[in-house]
Amino acid sequence: MQGAVSQSDRKRSGRLEFRLSPKLAPYVFVAPALILFLLFMIYPIIYSFLLSLQTNREGEQVWNGLNNYSRLLGDELFQKALFNTFIVLLIQVPIQLTLAMLLAVALNSKLLRGKTIFRAIYFLPAITGLAAVSVIFRILYADPDGLVNSFLSIFGFGPIHWTLDEFWNRVLLILAITWRWTGYNMVIYLSGLQSIPGDLYEAAEVDGASWTTQFFRITLPLMRPIILFTTILSTIGTLQIFDESYLLTNGGPQNATMTVGFYLYRTAFRQADFSYASTIAYGLLVFIAALSIIQFKFAGDREEDR
Amino acid sequence: MSASISARAQTGAVAGGLRRHGLGWWMRQVGLYLALIVGAFLSLFPFYYMFMASTLEKSEVLTQPPHLTPSNQLFDNLSRLLNDSTLDLAAGIWNSVIIAVISTVLSVLVASLAGYAFAKYRWRGRDLLFFVFLATLMIPSQVTYVPLFKIMAGGNPFEWNWLGTIQAVILPGLASPFGIFLMRQSFRQFPDELIDAGRIDGAGEFGIFWRIALPIMRPTLAALSIFLFQKEWSNFFWPLVAQVKTLPTRIGALSGASLIDYSGIMTLTSLSVLPLMIVFLLMQRQFISGALAGSVKG
Repeated sequence: MQGAVSQSDRKRSGRLEFRLSPKLAPYVFVAPALILFLLFMIYPIIYSFLLSLQTNREGEQVWNGLNNYSRLLGDELFQKALFNTFIVLLIQVPIQLTLAMLLAVALNSKLLRGKTIFRAIYFLPAITGLAAVSVIFRILYADPDGLVNSFLSIFGFGPIHWTLDEFWNRVLLILAITWRWTGYNMVIYLSGLQSIPGDLYEAAEVDGASWTTQFFRITLPLMRPIILFTTILSTIGTLQIFDESYLLTNGGPQNATMTVGFYLYRTAFRQADFSYASTIAYGLLVFIAALSIIQFKFAGDREEDR
Repeated sequence: MSASISARAQTGAVAGGLRRHGLGWWMRQVGLYLALIVGAFLSLFPFYYMFMASTLEKSEVLTQPPHLTPSNQLFDNLSRLLNDSTLDLAAGIWNSVIIAVISTVLSVLVASLAGYAFAKYRWRGRDLLFFVFLATLMIPSQVTYVPLFKIMAGGNPFEWNWLGTIQAVILPGLASPFGIFLMRQSFRQFPDELIDAGRIDGAGEFGIFWRIALPIMRPTLAALSIFLFQKEWSNFFWPLVAQVKTLPTRIGALSGASLIDYSGIMTLTSLSVLPLMIVFLLMQRQFISGALAGSVKG
C-alpha cells in the first residue's frame, strides 16, 4: 500500500512534508526524547554511580572501592539528616494526609455551598514556589518580632525561638510543608471521593449506618489505592526536601532541619566533593526505594485481607 | 450534570434537611463551615501578609505592634530592587519568563511525539524503552545533579561552558518521563481508525500526528503545559546550581544577602507568586487536572 503512494500525492501534501513510512515514524518521533534522555538522564545516572566509587586524591580521580559507602554509613551528619527527614515523615505526612482527607470529605458533602471557592483557596498554596513559601514563612515566624510571635504574645505565650530551638525549628519546617501541600493532596482525594458511587452511601444510610461507620467502612477502603499513592508521593517528596532546608531554616540550629538534599548540595557545590556527593545521592536512592517497597508491601498485604 | 439539575437537587436536599434534621445536625453544619472558613483563612493569610508587607517600608515589617494594613511603598520597593545591580532583578525576570516558556513548549512537544510513538505504533524495543522511561520516574533527581553540573561546566565533548546560560537550565528537564507517560495514556484513547483514514487520504505520518491527533489532545496538552510551566517557573535548585539568575534564585540571593530588607524580599516574592496566581484564577480546571494527571489513571 505505502509503496503505491503516487508522485502526485506527494506533491499535493506540500514540499515541506518529508514523508515517513509508518515503520520508521515511531523511531523518528521518539528520537528527541531518547537523545535528551540518554544525555541528561541515563548518562548522569551511570556517571554518578561511577563517581560514588571514586575519590579525589591530589586533584586526580582515583578508584576508591566501597570506601565512600562505608564513610556514608558512619557519617553522623548524614544520619542526622536522615533522622530529621524521618521525623518529618512520621509526623508531618500523617497530619497532612489526615487534614487533606478531612477537608476533601467536607468539601464533598452534598449540602456544602461554595465548594469551588473553598477548593481554589485550599489549592492556592500548592501553586506557590517553594522558595517563596520559605521566605514568607521565615518572615512570619521571625524570632522574636515575627507576626506569629506577636500573635502568641497576646495570649501570654512565647516568644518562641523558631530559629534557635531544635524542636521549634522542626515544627516550623513541618508547618511550612503542611501549608504548602495539604491542598494538593486534598484535590487528589476529592477527585477520588467523587468517583465513589453515591448509591453505596444511600444504601448505608437506609441501613442506618452512622457517618463515621460510612467513612470507615466505605470511604477509607475504597480510597486505599489513592491514599497509598499520596503516601508514597509525600514520602519521596519529603526525602528530597531542599528549598525549605536551604531558605527557610538554613539547616537549623545544630543541623536540626538539615535534609539529605541540603547536605548533598553542600558537599557537592560548596565543598566540591563530587564523589562523596554522588555517594549521598545513591544512599538517598536506596532509602527511597526501600520505603516505597515497604509501603507497597504494607498496602498489598492489606489488599489480600479483603 | 447541568447547573439547573444540580441546583434543584441541592434545594431539594436543603428543604429535606430542614424537615429531617434536628438542632444537632444544624450545629454540625455550622461547625463545618466555621472549620472550613478558619482553614481558608490559614490558607490565604500568608499571601495577604506577603502582599501587605510588599507595600511597607523596610523598617515597618517586623515591628511591635505589627503592621497589618497596606501602606504606599510598593513602587519604592520595586525601584530599589530594580536598581540593585548585584541582585540584577531585570535579568531574573527575563530569564524566568524565557526559560519557563521555552522549556514548556519544547518539553510538551518532545513528550507528545514520544507519547504518540509509544501509544500508536508497534516497534521493536518499544515496551523495554517505555519501561526504562517509567523506571527513571522512581529515581530521585539528586542522582543526576553532580554529573549534570559537570556537563554544564564544560564536561562535554565540545568543552562548552554553559554555566550561567539559559540552555543549562532548559536542556536537562526537556525529556519529562511524566509528560511522556501522560501523553501516551492520552493517545491510547485516540482511535486507530482516524489514523488509517488519514493514511488513506494520503496524509503523512507526521501530518496525521500534527493535524489530527495532537489537536484532539488539547485538554491534556493544556494540563501538561500548566504543570510543566509551574514546575519550571518555581524551580530553585537547578538554576541555583547552574548559576542562572531567575526569580526564585533572586529570592535566595536577596534573602541571603540582607536579613534587613524584609519589604524588598516580600516584593520580590510577590513578583514571583503573582503571575502563577493569575494563571491559576483564569485556568483553575487545567491547573487541577495537571495536579491530578499523575494520580488518576495510574
